[in-house]
Order: sequence, then C-alpha cells, then structure tokens
Amino acid sequence: MSTTALKDWPLWEVFVRSKQGLEHKHCGSLHASDAQHALQMARDVYTRRQEGVSIWVLPSKSITASAPEDKDSLFEPAADKIYRHPTFYDIPEEVGHM
Amino acid sequence: MYTQSLNVQEKQGEKPALQTISRENAELQRRFDARIDADGKIEPQDWMPEAYRKTLIRQISQHAHSEIVGMLPEGNWISRAPSLKRKAILIAKVQDEGGHGLYLYSAAETLGQGRDQMLADLHSGKAKYSSIFNYPTLTWADVGVVGWLVDGAAIMNQIPLCRCSYGPYARAMIRVCKEESFHQRQGYEALLVMMQGTAEQRAMVQDAVNRFWWKCLAMFGPPDANSQHSEQAMRWGIKRISNDDLRQKFVDATVPQARVLGVTLPDPDLKWNEERQHYDYGQIDWDEFWNTVNGHGPCNKERLATRVKAHNDGQWVREAALAYALKHQPQTHQAAA
Repeated sequence: MSTTALKDWPLWEVFVRSKQGLEHKHCGSLHASDAQHALQMARDVYTRRQEGVSIWVLPSKSITASAPEDKDSLFEPAADKIYRHPTFYDIPEEVGHM
Repeated sequence: MYTQSLNVQEKQGEKPALQTISRENAELQRRFDARIDADGKIEPQDWMPEAYRKTLIRQISQHAHSEIVGMLPEGNWISRAPSLKRKAILIAKVQDEGGHGLYLYSAAETLGQGRDQMLADLHSGKAKYSSIFNYPTLTWADVGVVGWLVDGAAIMNQIPLCRCSYGPYARAMIRVCKEESFHQRQGYEALLVMMQGTAEQRAMVQDAVNRFWWKCLAMFGPPDANSQHSEQAMRWGIKRISNDDLRQKFVDATVPQARVLGVTLPDPDLKWNEERQHYDYGQIDWDEFWNTVNGHGPCNKERLATRVKAHNDGQWVREAALAYALKHQPQTHQAAA
C-alpha cells in the first residue's frame, strides 16, 4: 500500500507547570505547524488529566545542549571543591542546628 | 498499548554487523557497557552501538504503531456504545491510545528516525504492530474484554519497560502505564455490569473471553527457548523480564479476576500447581500466531487499509495547517523548521 509522503510539521519541545508555584518541567515533544498549534496539541497530548496549569512550547531546533563528551571537563572540576558543601565544616555540637 | 519483539522476523541480510571496532569505538563501547552494567540510562546524545539503536527504533516504532492501530478495533464501537457514559469512557480510552502512540513516536524520533519514515514503514506493511489487533471486535463484550485482558497483558509487559535503559522510552512508558490502568479497570467493570444482566449477556461475555484468551497469552511473544533476540535485549537492559515469566504473571493475576467475574478461562489444562506456586496452562497455538503476524489474520488487510485511508484523507489538513502557519507567522515557522 502506498501513501503520499508526509511533510513533517516542525518539532516542538513541551514544558508543563504542574501547579502554581512550581517550575515548568520538560515532558516531551510533538510536531505542529506553528506555536499556537503546538500549544493546542500539547494540551491534548500531555494534559488530558489536569497535569498542568501552564504550558510552554519552543522549537526543538532552538535548544543548545552541552555535548555528552564534554561531561568530564564541564562537571568534573566541581568534584574536588567539597568546601562548597555545608557538611565540609565541623561545628561543635552545642551550637545546635546551623 | 503493547509491543511485541518480533525480531525473529528480521530479514537474513539485515543482521547487525559486528564491524571491526576501532580503538576509539572500543573505548566508547566499554563506557556504554559499564553504564548498562551499573543500571544507568542512555540518553539520545550519548554514544550507543548501532545495533542497540536499531533494536530500539524497531521496538519503539512497533510499539507506537500498535497504539494507533489499536484505536481501530475499539473505535469501531464508539458509535454503538450502549450508553452515553460508556461512549464517553470509550472515546477517552481511544484518545489515550492515540496519545500513547505520540509519546512513543517522539521517543523513537530521538534515535534519529523520522516520523514520516516510521509511518511509511507501517503503511507499506514493512513494520509490524501487535497482532492482537488483527482480530475483530464482534460484540460489545469484546470491548470489555479488550480492556480487561488485552490491556491487562499490555500493562504486564509495559511495567518493566519503565526501567528500560533508554531514557526517553522509559519516560514514555511511565506516562503510558499511569494512564493504562484506567483502561483495564473500565473494561473489567463493563464486564461486571454485563454479568449482572441477562443469560444472553453473560453468554456474550463468556464468548468474548473464549475468543481472546489464547490470543492474549500469545501477546507475550514466543517461548523463551525460541526467542533468539531476548538475550541481547536483556543484556542491554531493554527487556527486563522474559516472555514466559511475564506470561506466567499474567495468568496468575487473571485467574482470580475471572473467578470474581464469573467466567471460565477456556483451557482444560489450567490448574494451580502447588509445587511451583503458579498456575499451569495449556499449549498456545504458535502456528496461528505466526500466521497472523505474517499477514494472514482475519483483519490484517482491513486494519492497514483503514489506517492508510485515514492518513491519506488527512493529508490536506496537514498541508493546510503548514500553509496557514507559513502565511501568518513566517518568522516563527522558520525558527522551528
């Protein structure tokens, strides 16, 4: 069986705020013809059960991501800076919670 | 709703080539293996062996196809549901299946496979979908049984996929599983109501169970001894529990549900095995299963034709939406394209 070629609608990333006071979280992607259309689709695809109070959509192409192979050089240097954590410091017990 | 690992049907020439691995690749492979061994996740941008990528594309796209083809046997009953309540429930369920297909297509796309290519493979018959949908839904009781048994089997299979090593697939499965339990419960409840009805209605439920029971057991795929690709999928953390173990779990969970419902499962060999602490069950007709997988089931042609027609009939809508977007917001579209 043959079908006419689908010219794909562009890809969008969807972020949903689950409730007021929380951040928008990435929840998936979808194809849509434009931003308005992407919002409507995101509502149908990702919030059929009141999973959100607000939706962001943005073109997938506009995201710049760090490369996995740069993981060591980007994040490794933080590992030896343990003085950035509160547990690095010894405080006498009698001081109590600080 | 469900995915089968139909790898056994692969063409001979398409074997994942164990090409000579360069030193750099060997290091990447070592890191990949180490992450899998540590039960870590693989994300889209990470290096992965070509065979891992291909296996996932095949499995996730088959799974997506199963979701959208699975809309057809139930969609068939929307206009004939016995009450407004049942109609609203069925519409919501069928809409969910469409949504599940979309989550899964998105997950497969992160592996570099285009949506258009996946749909073309489905429509040409190259890609498979769960063969359970190649059987007809003859009566209203079938809709209930599809929810109870078909979705029940699907959930059994999908829960371990929530821990799949490929991040986007695992995340899609978590969403799917959350929504799927409503599917099984609504089916079982619809059957409970019918079982409180007339003798004719009860007979209708039993008839539907008789027709679907063995097909549902086959949904878990070939026995472990004949499932050649399972071992590799286990090694990769794509598959977590073997076909036979999942099938056993399904049988053990379903027998008490059937008792409460008041139906008989059509297997004279079905009985509790005190020693194994599991139910024993009879022989599955694998010839019939493969015959259906290979295109000769009662509804294969009809399902595919309906799917292709829907796609072709929607072509002008997709084109019009794109033309509208280009005309009204050229800058937004260019940013996205």
